[in-house]
This record gives sequence, C-alpha cells and structure tokens, in this order.
Amino acid sequence: MCLGVPGKVIEIQENPVGMTMGRVSFGGIVKEVCLAYTPGVDVGDYVVVHVGFAISTIDEDEANKVFEFLREMDELGELDVPQPGDGVSGSTSGSGVAGGGVS
Amino acid sequence: MRFVDEYRQEADARKFVEAIRGVIRRPWHLMEICGGQTHTLIKSGIDRLLPDEITLVHGPGCPVCVTPIEQIERAIVIARRPEVIFTSFGDMLRVPGATSDLLSVKSEGGDVRIVYSPLDAVRLAEQNPDRQVVFFAVGFETTAPANAMAVWAAQEKGLENFSVLSSHVLVPPAMEAILSSRESRVQGFLAAGHVCAVMGYWEYEPLAEKYRIPIVVTGFEPLDLLQGVFMTVTALEEGRWGVENQYARSVQRDGNQPAQDLLKKVFRTCDRAWRGIGEIPNSGLALRPELERFDAEKRFAVEGIEAEESPDCIAGEILQGLKKPQECSAFGGRCTPEHPLGAPMVSSEGACAAYFQYGRAEAILTAMPAIDE
Amino acid sequence: MFGGACPLPLSDYPTVQLAHGGGGRLSQILVEQLFGKAFSNPTLEEYHDGAILEAADGRLAFSTDSFVVRPLFFPGGSIGSLAVHGTVNDVAMCGARPLALSAGYILEEGFPMADLWRIVEAMRDAAIAAGVSIVTGDTKVVDRGKGDGVYINTTGIGVIRPGVEISPRRARPGDRILLSGRIAEHGIAIMSVREGLEFETRLVSDSVAVSPLVDALLTRYPEQTHVLRDPTRGGVASALNEIASQARAGMRIEEGSIPLAEEVRGACEILGFDPLYVANEGKCLAIVAPEIAAAAVEIWRAHPLGREAADIGEVVEEHPGRVFLRSTIGGMRVVDMLSGEQLPRIC
Repeated sequence: MCLGVPGKVIEIQENPVGMTMGRVSFGGIVKEVCLAYTPGVDVGDYVVVHVGFAISTIDEDEANKVFEFLREMDELGELDVPQPGDGVSGSTSGSGVAGGGVS
Repeated sequence: MRFVDEYRQEADARKFVEAIRGVIRRPWHLMEICGGQTHTLIKSGIDRLLPDEITLVHGPGCPVCVTPIEQIERAIVIARRPEVIFTSFGDMLRVPGATSDLLSVKSEGGDVRIVYSPLDAVRLAEQNPDRQVVFFAVGFETTAPANAMAVWAAQEKGLENFSVLSSHVLVPPAMEAILSSRESRVQGFLAAGHVCAVMGYWEYEPLAEKYRIPIVVTGFEPLDLLQGVFMTVTALEEGRWGVENQYARSVQRDGNQPAQDLLKKVFRTCDRAWRGIGEIPNSGLALRPELERFDAEKRFAVEGIEAEESPDCIAGEILQGLKKPQECSAFGGRCTPEHPLGAPMVSSEGACAAYFQYGRAEAILTAMPAIDE
Repeated sequence: MFGGACPLPLSDYPTVQLAHGGGGRLSQILVEQLFGKAFSNPTLEEYHDGAILEAADGRLAFSTDSFVVRPLFFPGGSIGSLAVHGTVNDVAMCGARPLALSAGYILEEGFPMADLWRIVEAMRDAAIAAGVSIVTGDTKVVDRGKGDGVYINTTGIGVIRPGVEISPRRARPGDRILLSGRIAEHGIAIMSVREGLEFETRLVSDSVAVSPLVDALLTRYPEQTHVLRDPTRGGVASALNEIASQARAGMRIEEGSIPLAEEVRGACEILGFDPLYVANEGKCLAIVAPEIAAAAVEIWRAHPLGREAADIGEVVEEHPGRVFLRSTIGGMRVVDMLSGEQLPRIC
C-alpha cells in the first residue's frame, strides 16, 4: 500500500512557524520533502519517504543487523541456523506447545 | 541506491531461502498485509523461490483496492464539476466505479490531475483561488499523516477552496476481521512495515496474544520479505506467537509520535466500508467535526450517492485471502488491466493485476525444469 | 551548429497565423524563409510538390511517425530533435542507412514564431548529425485551442545494404539479446518536468539517432544481425514482447545486466515505475547470432553512443511468445506488455 523510498537528506529548511521542509536525494533525483514528522533528522541522514513526507529516519545500526545475521548464519553453517531473534530487536512473544498449531 | 541495493542481492537471498528450508517442517499459510509487499514478492520472483510448504496469501493492504465503489462514484461526480480541479494519486485514476472511472472523466474534459504529494494539491489551491481543489485522500496509516498535514496546512493558510474526499482505512481492525473469520486460513502475518513506521506495533500485541499468532513487522525489499518469512515460519515451527520486528531500521514499537499527534488533531476513528469486504467497525478515519468544512462529501453534497459492485467480481474474497486471482472465473478473460471489473485488477499493487502482469505464466514456469540455471 | 535568431521578421508576425497555412504569401514566406533556410538543400530548394531522389540499387526502407510530445521542450531535446531521431531510428531498425526525411507540421494559431524557429533549428541540427536531408514537407495551421502548439509528422526513407535481412522472424533459439546502453532516460526526463510530478535531476533525454550504431554493427556482421528494434514507447519490455510474439520464440533476460543510471532507478522508485516499461529515444536492441555477440558488444562499446552496451539475455525455445526475467535475487517472473500508460504508483 505504501511506497516508501529511502533517500538522503541534503538540505533542511527550518521553518519556525510552518512545516519543516527539506530536499532529499534518491540516487541523484532530488525532491522537496516535508520533514515535519522527523524532527530529529540531520543533513546526511537517510529517511523513508512516502508521498512527499519523511515517515521515519533509518537507523543504520539496525540496518546492518540483517547482514550480521547472515554472516552468523554463514559461520554456523547451514545445519545450525541461529534464532531469528538474534538478528532483530524489539520482539514481544509468547510460546505455545511446541509442535502445536498456532491459529 | 543505499538501503535498496544491498537488500536485492542474490547470494543473501539464497541464504535466507536455505534457512527457511532448514526450519520448515509443515505447510503454513502466511499473509503479507501490504500490497507493496505483494508487488515485491511477485516482481522479484520470491514466491517461486520459497519451499512448497509455504502458501502466501495476499492481504487487503491496497488502498486503491479497498476504497469503496460509492466513494469512486462520488469522486467521479465531483471531478465532473467545471469549477473543480480534482487531484489524486496516479493509481486511483483507473479504478472502476459503477459508471465510469476518473481517467475517463479526464478524457471527457474534467480537470483531473495526478499529484505526487497531498501538499501539491494544497499548492494548487493557493495558485487557483477561483477554482475548487479537491484531493482524493485515500490510504492507510502511512498516508494518513500526509493527508492530515494537507488539511492542517489548508486551515493554517485559511484556504476556502480546498477540500478532501477522504477514504482512510486502518490495518489492525482489518487483521482482526480476517482472524475472526471462520474461513480464514492465515496462520502468520507479515505486518506492513510502513504502516508500523507511523503507528508502531504495540496495537498488534493483543491481537497476537488473543489469536496466538506470530506477527512479524516486515519491510519491502526482497531480503526484508525473505527474513520476515523466515522469522514467521521459525515462530510457527517452534509454536511461538507474538510480535517481532524485522524492519527495525525504520520501525519502533511506539511508531512516529509527531505523525500520530497530527493524526489525532485532524481525524477521528469511524466505521468504514471496505470495497468487496463490507463495513468493518472502527476501521476508518474521518475528519474531526471542527474540520468538516474541508470535507468534499459535504461541500459538494455527494453523501447520498450509492453504487453496486459487478456481480462477477470476487475481489472481496481475494482481499481476505480466501481465494487466489486465478480462481476467479473472470480473471484474464472478462477482467483484465485494460477492462477491469474490480479494483485489484487496476492497481499495480492489486493482487489480480500483480498476478496478471508478473505471474500469468506460472503454469509454463512450473512445467519447465531447471529454469534458474 | 548555426544558432542565430529566427529569420522571419518577428515584429511582423510574432506568432503563427491561420494564413501561414493558407497557401498564400504568408505560407510561402514561412516555407522559404523559415523551413527552407533551416533545412537548405538542393532537393528541397526545388520547392516542387514532392522530392525527387536518386534511385538506389536494391531495397528501400520506408517509415513514418507523428510526434505529439508534451512539453515541447524537455531536458535533452525538443519535439524537433525527437521528430528527426524517431524516424531516422525507425528506418535504421530496418537495417537501412537513412537518406531523406519529409516533415509535416500542424501548427496552432498563435504559436510563438520564435519557438517554432527553435524547433526547426533542433530538427536541422539533428538531421545534420544523423546524416539525412529534409527534402519535402507540408504545413497546416489549425484554430487556436485545436492543437497543442505543434504536431510534427516525419517520414523517412533509407537504403538497405546487400546481405542484410532484418526481421523479427529471424530471432532463433540461442541468439543473444543486446542493448546499446542505459534505459528509461527519455521517459524519466520528460516526467521530471511534468506538472505535479516535477523533480530535480541532471538526467536528460537520451534522444539521439542510433543509425551510427546500426551502421557499425551491420558493416561488420550484416548476416549475423537478425533483429533490430528501438525500444521507444512501452520500453524494452514491450519491444521484446513484440519480437517474441512475432518470432514465436521465448526470451530470457537478466535484470542485473540491464544498464540503468542511478538517477533513473531513484526516479522509478519514487514514482513506482518499472524502468523496463519506460520510453527510450536513443537506444537499440539487437538480436544476433551467439557466436558474434561478444564481438558485437565490443563494437558498440567502442562507439560513444554505445559505451554501456550489454548482452542482456537470450532467445530460447521454451515458452514461445513470452519474455521472462531473472531478478537480481534470482527469482523468475514474466515480463508482459505494458497495459495502458504507466501512472505514478504512489500509494
């Protein structure tokens, strides 16, 4: 539903009364983007842009985790796959009887 | 492009496919909520890389598809008015109403314009004080803050010639509707990453608990989806439920606070009809009473317009994951992207159009050995 | 190039009048002083009802195209350069060396004469660069409000050298599919200046005559070059589908080997476009015998217009009429014809 494209903030136009706007580069294509919803963003940060609005700032450490996870998987070999929770943060889960259906 | 290219590498994709094969023991039905995810799955061919045990069911997360037919009719009536500049995202223009579609209204002389952002529509209203500018404000929680900002900006600027035809929908009530349906085959969800970037995922925790189902907040790149499938299948095989976050680079549990704050200032929750599915309680957003002067339905008195769906179209069952597009008797024959009967054949995120465009030769592929050299 | 101001006295007629198409004195002034001055060549200067060309031995290629582009001037070109490149390329895709063009104009009353001159200059420059002459033409003027400023039709004629046999039916299993450079730049450059969708980019249209690339290829491999096609509207995807269905053969292409500028990728991401369906105006697809594919790519890469040429896939026996793509992550999908216009997929 929601095309969100990562782009690099190259300019921020602070506006004390109205919306903070900025210019964001997508591989060299530059669009004017509303930055009102990412107040902490700095020039050089990457944001996810949807219909002309930055909806989140990309966390580079978190972005690297998927690749760390893949590296770990390589090191462990294909027979012993690490738990998915190792590669991600912020999970809240319960557990049922192993082997039982879930839904 | 950074944060795009690195998620589209074959070697890494293969590792995830192997990892999924490593953990899967039994057949599972997973639903990806968002049409953008469906698009990536089919465009990158992930659906064909996954083991046969996994059935991907495509969810209702396509705003173009679920916007009710009567709302399309209202858009058509408004767009035909000579004083109106009707603005919309590109996809909505081809969606069939009961009588016509916006692209046809444009060809008949209606001033229908595609905009990239709702703020472009506000700008048009400023530049054309003698015209009425209407924005077709569709979308899920991801798009709602942008549309809210447009209304807010119009109010701040004192624009009397701007209004929105609003058709916002919310994901959690739709998920609950799917889960509570007796026919539902869904055993795990890939939740829509960009919706969660705005709203967070705390709302899904009670759902996961109540229905004892794993929900994995998932991004939109091929590697994101593969990891999302891997995490969901692992939880299913281990008998775990709960919410996990694959898309942590963009999503936090509480979501985007400034966006949620403006949403609350501009919109209130309402019951909303979903095209093909019917009314779902508390599943939509409507303008707050104090902002109703920006409501195009009231401004142009189109609230009374009703419309009937084509009886041949099974879009509702497809959007709920009960049927696949090929199971529809009209698919590819009476219903094609050139002559769509229902909305999912229009939007490139729509399950029917995605299948038509990218997956039509499924049978040929299946019959062909060793295609991926 | 020549440059210079519009040769018509703009103080008399700063805009196009209905009488400029009426066949009288104003028509004559327009034809002789504007078009004649720009396209000057002995054949045209006969000002006869048609052009008389020296007959060539062998076969002729003949093609026509109409141009209705909006905006009229865009980054990297104008309707004028496009009108020359489009038809020159169509003639070249028949395996012919383009020789001469006709130019028919439908002008809207009130169109600025200075803009018409810019368009005509662009045509002249494009024709010189492509080595063709504009030898005959026609002008009509329609009432104000009945046209989009300028429409241009060009028709081209060219000579096919002996031994060359270009036809989609010659595509056969095992043949390689070559692409002369980065795709989708024309469509994206036009999109960047469309009202409501504007974005900043250094990207310009790729509009150019690709006849030199065709010439280089056919000089060396007249017989091993089986099919030529310029992937204009509908993009590479539609062009390959047309060939596959005419040849009753299948095709497989590699997403990762298709040359694509970073900016085009960025634009396609934000608009939700698939670059395979976006228009090109200066690219050439060639389907060639497998044994010469590598050498053919080298021939193209040695030319400034083909520096990023690539081998993007092969013709196969299976799934006749269908084009498959192997994605960058190794998945397969079908690449269909474009249905309708690509609309920005924002939501």
